[in-house]
Amino acid sequence: MARIIVVTSGKGGVGKTTTSAAIAMGLAKKGHKTAVIDFDVGLRNLDLIMGCERRVVYDFINVINGEASLNQALIKDKNCNLLYILAASQTRDKDALSQEGVGKVLDDLSKDFKYIICDSPAGIERGAHLAMYFADDAFVVTNPEVSSVRDSDRMLGILSSKSRRAEQNKEPIKEYLLLTRYSPERVKLGEMLSVDDVQEILSLHLLGVIPESKSVLNASNSGIPVILDEKSDAGQAYADIVARYLGENKPHRFIDDKKGFFGKLFGGK
Amino acid sequence: MSKDAQKTPYNPPALEFKSSTFSVPVLVIASNDLIIIEQQLQAKVLLAPEFFKNSPLVLDVQELNKQSVDVDIVAVIEVIRKLGLLPIGIRGGNAQQNEQAITLGIPLHSIHTSSTTIDAKKPKTPTPEPETKDLLQTGTTVITHPIRSGQRVYAAGDLVIIAQVSAGTEILAEGNIHVYGTLRGRALAGVQGNTEARIFCSDLQAELISIAGNYKISEDLNQNIRNTPVQIYLDKQTLVIKEI
Ligand SMILES: Nc1ncnc2c1ncn2[C@@H]1O[C@H](COP(=O)(O)OP(=O)(O)OP(=O)(O)O)[C@@H](O)[C@H]1O
Ligand SMILES: [Mg+2]
Repeated sequence: MARIIVVTSGKGGVGKTTTSAAIAMGLAKKGHKTAVIDFDVGLRNLDLIMGCERRVVYDFINVINGEASLNQALIKDKNCNLLYILAASQTRDKDALSQEGVGKVLDDLSKDFKYIICDSPAGIERGAHLAMYFADDAFVVTNPEVSSVRDSDRMLGILSSKSRRAEQNKEPIKEYLLLTRYSPERVKLGEMLSVDDVQEILSLHLLGVIPESKSVLNASNSGIPVILDEKSDAGQAYADIVARYLGENKPHRFIDDKKGFFGKLFGGK
Repeated sequence: MSKDAQKTPYNPPALEFKSSTFSVPVLVIASNDLIIIEQQLQAKVLLAPEFFKNSPLVLDVQELNKQSVDVDIVAVIEVIRKLGLLPIGIRGGNAQQNEQAITLGIPLHSIHTSSTTIDAKKPKTPTPEPETKDLLQTGTTVITHPIRSGQRVYAAGDLVIIAQVSAGTEILAEGNIHVYGTLRGRALAGVQGNTEARIFCSDLQAELISIAGNYKISEDLNQNIRNTPVQIYLDKQTLVIKEI
């Protein structure tokens, strides 16, 4: 049986797709057969970030409608043979997603895969609801600003009441906080909430902090998940997150102002 | 599960009657002035718009009938509906009012089994006022998980929350409210008019606090009681917030 992870946020543009791609690649690189599904029907871009947009023949909706088999639609990643991508349709409208259809696809995938990552669209409408409905774990992606934190809080409420686990009175979805686009300098200037501020408002288990980093844009431009850029801070942050999720003990990084020697010498504490 | 069971065609019953108890707000009116009723009801609705939106409600006219004040049921129901509430019952009405309610498709509810009709016999033993009795009978709701933005909780008795209450939430209780965590949302105690109700919380950062309709919004909260454990109660229509 696969473990289903939803990457969700409520607010748009906070880094869900970036995170989905990185986490999926990270899990696959650790030897777990992983599928990543784009739930953002009409606005697909997971395939761009994974660099497989030219190989999309069939998509998620085709499989739901029975127009293609899962095997036909799953795209094998070019960097890792344990990773598969199920792209969203660019042409269909959102109503094409049905709860029954999504459930069936996830059930079929569960037989063969260890992890299934669901990249949720923004908002709390149908697509976002279906992306989280079947989840076992939720990665709540949040930026250190008030509106993003508020939307995450709202999403957490929905996760705890409108999911399959909630409806069937099973053990609730495990919720994790991923604080992305974090900039210690801006926190210091008071332009952003600190990790502690966010933790205080959401009181959620912190899986990791991903710094604001140019490497993310570079990675998406070249169609390679940033986690493969092992020298980059964002890549390392995502690698830490995957390791922590799998039970390894990794101290948190990228939270403090990373001043060099001179900064430490002259910058006070 | 035996496979044989699948051989015989099985027609599941299409319906079933179940007995269930619901907690529904009761609107007790003490005036027959439609304009005043509308104004005051509107003010209440504005306090907790999410809660009242499409909320079912039972109209109680017993007080008016006790004072022999006549009221136009049809017009009152219209006012209630106009404000977005859904009347699902009337109680304490006289014969004519009951008939009007039935014509509008609104069922009759009894306060005590015997007191709906005017010529009902008085109960043999004196019983406490119905409202007080209700309050004493309803228990405590205990919630151990955080209340997240967009969620709303209603308790017919006391409400105890052993977790945080986020901004953008509404917690309502007919009795007291206790929050053992940070209270950032809107907390309304004594929502059926119990002026003895209190709010207790270990860290006050609420958007709004209200007891029996007397409320304060975040802006009106004194800075020095924010972020501290407090109790809130009513002293002659005035909300008092005290550190504990
Ligand atoms: N850690 C980061 N540092 C710098 N830029 C980032 C970071 N994470 C994400 N971004 C940028 O933010 C933008 C939005 O990212 P992404 O598409 O992953 O967000 P999303 O939550 O999936 O958006 P949507 O809600 O539209 O689906 C992209 O341009 C991406 O490059
Ligand atoms: Mg996205």
